[in-house]
Amino acid sequence: MSNEEIYQEFIIELYKNPLNFGTLDNSDYKAEIYNHTCGDLIILFIKVTNGLISDVKFSGKGCAISQASASLFTEYLKGKKVEELKTIKKEDVLKLLKIDLSKNPSRMKCALLPYEALKKAIRSS
Amino acid sequence: MYNIDKIRADFPILKTEQNGKQIVYLDSAATSQKPQQVIDTLCDFYTSKNSNVARGLYKLAENATLEFESVREKTANFVNAGATEEIIFTNNTTEGANLIMRGWGEKFVKKGDKIVTTVMEHHSNFVPWQQLAKRKGATLEVVDITDDGMLDITNLEKKIKGAKMIAVSAASNVLGTINDIRSISKLAHESGAVCVVDGAQSVPSIKTDVRKLDCDFLLFSGHKMLAPFGSGVIYGKPELLEAMDPFLYGSEMIRSVKLKESEWANPPYKFETGTPNVGSILGLGTAIDYINKIGLENIRKHENNLISYMLKRLKEIKGLNIVGPTHAEKRGSLVAFTLDVAHPHDVSAMLADDGICVRSGHHCAMPLHDRLNLVASTRASVYLYNKKEEIDALVQSLEKVRQVFG
Repeated sequence: MSNEEIYQEFIIELYKNPLNFGTLDNSDYKAEIYNHTCGDLIILFIKVTNGLISDVKFSGKGCAISQASASLFTEYLKGKKVEELKTIKKEDVLKLLKIDLSKNPSRMKCALLPYEALKKAIRSS
Repeated sequence: MYNIDKIRADFPILKTEQNGKQIVYLDSAATSQKPQQVIDTLCDFYTSKNSNVARGLYKLAENATLEFESVREKTANFVNAGATEEIIFTNNTTEGANLIMRGWGEKFVKKGDKIVTTVMEHHSNFVPWQQLAKRKGATLEVVDITDDGMLDITNLEKKIKGAKMIAVSAASNVLGTINDIRSISKLAHESGAVCVVDGAQSVPSIKTDVRKLDCDFLLFSGHKMLAPFGSGVIYGKPELLEAMDPFLYGSEMIRSVKLKESEWANPPYKFETGTPNVGSILGLGTAIDYINKIGLENIRKHENNLISYMLKRLKEIKGLNIVGPTHAEKRGSLVAFTLDVAHPHDVSAMLADDGICVRSGHHCAMPLHDRLNLVASTRASVYLYNKKEEIDALVQSLEKVRQVFG
């Protein structure tokens, strides 16, 4: 996929106005993760109420792909059962972005940064 | 007369395409492209000269050894070392820094000692010393930069006092800043400190004379100066190399092995453990010949013109912020920058569509990016084969990024 195809309007829109951007003081799951190739950072906060994901936020700095991915991923997590968190796969995240990054291995890392944050949050909880 | 077309014709990769566009290679600070002459050296070696060195007595082996050692001599001359024994072949600059850290640092740095480095270092010349300080209970002092991206010499003068060593780059891989190594090594020696110089970004295009600089160690990578991967170099002062412990243990580096003890070979072999990367080292020899033929002074002048032009053109772009000194003569062969509307990763990905190869990220200099309050930057770097039109292509493509993200 060429980069011009990757940078669809909705991705640039989410880069400029990300969803769920911010922090949660009383989160139940939290993880901070760097993308070691570019130094981008994502901090993921998850709040659980009665076994359900009641709120999700992220903060940090990143490229359009990681920011758009984090926006869509945090939306996707809301309302899920806590047990479901462990069953989320890489493909689920990539599906949200609706772009094919299979030939762009370094951009794939950007897209999966929020997913890696989730895995880290589960591990350290 | 600098014949750019003739030079470019030697680099087959410059004729190739990326995303249907002719490649514009502006990432030589990461690795340089290779001229046909170097590629032929590799091919010839494996086709008709392949043999291990320093072992066999048959013609192939003797010739391989002779050629391998002739590159050591060429390399010694290239940096004006006093003797071939002062040149050690490694895989790359990072390995070189680790070799000195293990061989010299582990032996001579003690608890409470002071190690000095700078905030502009590449991780290769930073992390080994940070970890050594940690293991030894030594302190790590980091010299700051000034607001215009130069090394803060006042800060350095203060920190070097009583230090055991300083690790400093001759040219920054992000700021581009060229450091005055001669003055720094003088300051280091006045304090009794050893001066380790990372020359990865300077040796390929700036005449480096280790005896004039009076540095104790110089590290550089062949792959950034037209040679194949796996052809790194350490220059070390003979008395230091003599006193150091080996880095890796095993073959090639020994004089004798008994059941309970072993005796080491003399430098440089003491530090060249295992079968060396013979083909790549021969390629380094060809690369040095190639550079010498054009002349380092001519290369430096050519790059300086390009960097000067790049700085001028980049300043025309709205919202573009140049990292580091704004005068070409204070810089090596690169310019790092940020663009307000787009993240560096997105910038370089968009440029790739136009065939332009630049690097984005922290360029293995996270402490520097933290100091500059940046997550990442985009870096365009040039070498002896780049031309003005390629900088125009870069600027044109950056304007396109502005439109998409603006």
